[in-house]
Amino acid sequence: MALLDSIPWFLVFTSLGKTIFLVFLVVLPMVSYTVYAERRVSALIQDRLGPNRTGFPLTLLGFKKDFSPFLGGLGQPIADAAKFILKEDLTPGHVNKPYFWLAPALAMMPALITLSALPFGSEFMGVKMVVADINVGLLFMFAISSVGVYGIVLAGWASNSKYPFLGGIRSTSQMISYELCMGLSAVPVLLVAGSTSLSKIIDYQVHEGWLLLPITDGKLNLRELLLFLPMVLAFITFTISMFAETNRLPFDLPESESELVAGYHTEYSSMKFALFFLGEYTAMIAGSALTVVLFLGGWHLPFIPDGSHGPIWGAINIASFFGKVAVLLFFFIWVRWTLPRFRYDQLMKLGWLYLFEIALVNIFLTAGILAFTH
Amino acid sequence: MSPLLFWIFAALMLVFGIGVIINRNPVASALSLVASFLCLAALFVGLNAYFIAVIQVLVYAGAVMVLFLFIIMLLDLREEQRRRFNLLAVAGGALVSLGFVAELVLVLRKFTLGQKPFAPIAQVDDVRQIGMTLFSTHNLPLQVTGVLILVATIGVVVLSKRDLK
Repeated sequence: MALLDSIPWFLVFTSLGKTIFLVFLVVLPMVSYTVYAERRVSALIQDRLGPNRTGFPLTLLGFKKDFSPFLGGLGQPIADAAKFILKEDLTPGHVNKPYFWLAPALAMMPALITLSALPFGSEFMGVKMVVADINVGLLFMFAISSVGVYGIVLAGWASNSKYPFLGGIRSTSQMISYELCMGLSAVPVLLVAGSTSLSKIIDYQVHEGWLLLPITDGKLNLRELLLFLPMVLAFITFTISMFAETNRLPFDLPESESELVAGYHTEYSSMKFALFFLGEYTAMIAGSALTVVLFLGGWHLPFIPDGSHGPIWGAINIASFFGKVAVLLFFFIWVRWTLPRFRYDQLMKLGWLYLFEIALVNIFLTAGILAFTH
Repeated sequence: MSPLLFWIFAALMLVFGIGVIINRNPVASALSLVASFLCLAALFVGLNAYFIAVIQVLVYAGAVMVLFLFIIMLLDLREEQRRRFNLLAVAGGALVSLGFVAELVLVLRKFTLGQKPFAPIAQVDDVRQIGMTLFSTHNLPLQVTGVLILVATIGVVVLSKRDLK
């Protein structure tokens, strides 16, 4: 029984609770409703209606009418999921089977694992709202998301046909290039906050004001004013590289429909295709959450000293965190339906000739300002 | 770290390490190597060395091996799979590795097993510690390495641009 006693049950159960809450109650529903939002917002932008009919099918349970609240179409994600599961799962004869099956899982899992280091709230009932509060949280998120590229590469290679292969190759070079920009543009934040721990970066922003909006602690000094320019630069380069990392338009070269049919997932169908889809949207959510943590104060609401404590504030902080993430997701969708796609050489040029240099100079600028105001 | 986890990850690492060698398919070999790196990172996590674990994943699994895989996929794989075993080469390889193992055993037999358990290490900010050591005690080697890498980068650019002229 020594083994049973040595297990820290409280830690195990709280971690399990947090994981279930984060993955099954927040992120996965958020993914499906981001897809819904994508369709509705794109319809709005293009002056169409979008999916506005599907309600919750209560008639199946013997009620007289389907339940269709608010905007209408809120049942659409459920219908989509049912469609994905019921569709025939087709494995073409010419593929490399084990890798063909492995690839969708590898595309989905890293995006979910990155969430484990994410502080999504302050404290709730005395428990810190982060699954694993490690001191290298930011590097952990970069590291795990860099493993995500294997899913796409393998899908492209194992499909054993032209379009997926080209898509896989493109996405590898794109992700390797933009990973560098992404890492470098986060360095100024680390310099200012003085830590690679995501919770400490948020703590800094709670006490000194958000990095992108230094007024949120109610006061403004010379250091914060001077740091504003490098922080805005870092935010812009970080966001652009995040768009490229998550393969979103204007950088969705790996799956550009007009040239490559559907890129790396051309040969996939049914739930395996849906896993790529889920992986992409989960990566989007993880990326937006990281941006919120680094630049927008994490769970902190403006003008509230120390973020306040107690269960009510704990819940409010969690809501404010995911609220900010939702705003960023809307921004993602807005950009997608506004900008045209880059050409491949333009993409590489932008990454290596402009963003990389800007991010590098920005580090020196930030370090200079920090040394000057020390 | 719980000994159970240590044995699981150590065993997995060895299994994937063997997989690197015995797989005929180069992509499978490369992926085994990635899995082996990930298990090694897990062992580092068990030692509370988060920074090294993360760098292991970021640099080796996330960057170096992606490039490897990228290049392997552009090659013709079937040639490698069709190649027959060269018995002489297998025997030679076995001989070298047996010699190496014998050497290891001879050296390791001179040491006795550790008796004293280490005191648990206090939670240290390892990123700060590593940075401090790198930029104070080992500053000159760091600068020299930087210059070396720069020279190598310039060399690569020059070599790859030569054909384009």
